[in-house]
Amino acid sequence: MSCVKETDAVISTTGMISRELFYHQDRLGNFYMIGSMGLLSSFGLGLAKLHPLRKFFVLDGDGSALMIMGTMALIAAEKPKNFIHIVLDNESYESTGAQPTISSSVPIGAIAEASGYASTVSVKSCTELAIELERCLVKDGPHCILIKVGIDPIPNIPRITYSPNEIRDRFRSFLMENTDG
Amino acid sequence: MTIRGNDFWEFLISRDYTFFAGVPDSTFGPAYNALTSNPYLTYVPATREDSAIGVASAAYFSGEKGGVVMQNSGLGNVINPLTSFSLMYEIPVLLIIGWRGFGGPGSDAPEHWIMGEKTPSFLELLDIPYAILDTELHDEKIDQLLQSIEMQQKPGALLVPPGVFN
Ligand SMILES: Cc1ncc(C[n+]2csc(CCOP(=O)(O)OP(=O)(O)O)c2C)c(N)n1
Repeated sequence: MSCVKETDAVISTTGMISRELFYHQDRLGNFYMIGSMGLLSSFGLGLAKLHPLRKFFVLDGDGSALMIMGTMALIAAEKPKNFIHIVLDNESYESTGAQPTISSSVPIGAIAEASGYASTVSVKSCTELAIELERCLVKDGPHCILIKVGIDPIPNIPRITYSPNEIRDRFRSFLMENTDG
Repeated sequence: MTIRGNDFWEFLISRDYTFFAGVPDSTFGPAYNALTSNPYLTYVPATREDSAIGVASAAYFSGEKGGVVMQNSGLGNVINPLTSFSLMYEIPVLLIIGWRGFGGPGSDAPEHWIMGEKTPSFLELLDIPYAILDTELHDEKIDQLLQSIEMQQKPGALLVPPGVFN
């Protein structure tokens, strides 16, 4: 998150990914998509098209990305330069009890690459991630960074305390009032 | 009488609806080309109707107005995005839905019979306001729908039976 500027937007998929983002790094430019598994990347695509000068970090899960794989093709076809698709690939549906997904045998990065993302990398450490994020910030996207992560649930992690309307309004004001991006 | 596709889109442009995504339906016929070739409109050719809702809903976060173009079969693909995104966050979006199977079984191919009959019930079940487009552009009818969408901050549907567009 240290690569994320105040004016950048971060949106996150349903389940633990949103709850962890809220828990560790709640900020005005975050949008938590608490329902609608799979819908995040298309929402990010629309936002990136309408706010071309702002960077969008789209925090997806392997389960969510695979649920609606066609959107990756759409993102590749639409070529939003400011779209950074970060797939936290734990090879499982961690939020519902860590049942396995199929991403241990289906390389999501290769799907993004074959679809035509401007760049796709897979990283395994924070050092690598920091280097790749810096690269994505200066080169035109859409970029996909696949992070191979473990399964490490945070005990008693709270639910997001904002109401859906609060999540919506805060993010909308962030995008509309702060024109710096 | 039928509606010229271009007149329809110009009407929506005059109401600030300019950001669209969708999946085609034959009901729109040439109106579809009028949508994709209009320089004042953005159209994202989605791979599924749920993605189209994701894309078009971004308009609300940019002070613009968004819409989805889809066949009523696509309603089956968007129930969850409607309930756990659009209706939950209260995000306005115009759904322009080709109403296949309009007029009951026998009027269209078998795959449209059931959804054709159930389309209004689905919308009513979800408390989604709707209007039916007929062969003349009745501004007040569409304006009323757009007003419900914007005042109630929710999706609203314009149902388009076959034969409305030329
Ligand atoms: C349409 C739908 N199906 C299933 C679920 C249940 N569900 C909630 S989170 C989740 C797992 C998401 O997996 P992933 O995106 O890989 O993220 P992770 O949980 O591993 O962080 C599932 C299956 C849901 N919320 N919506």
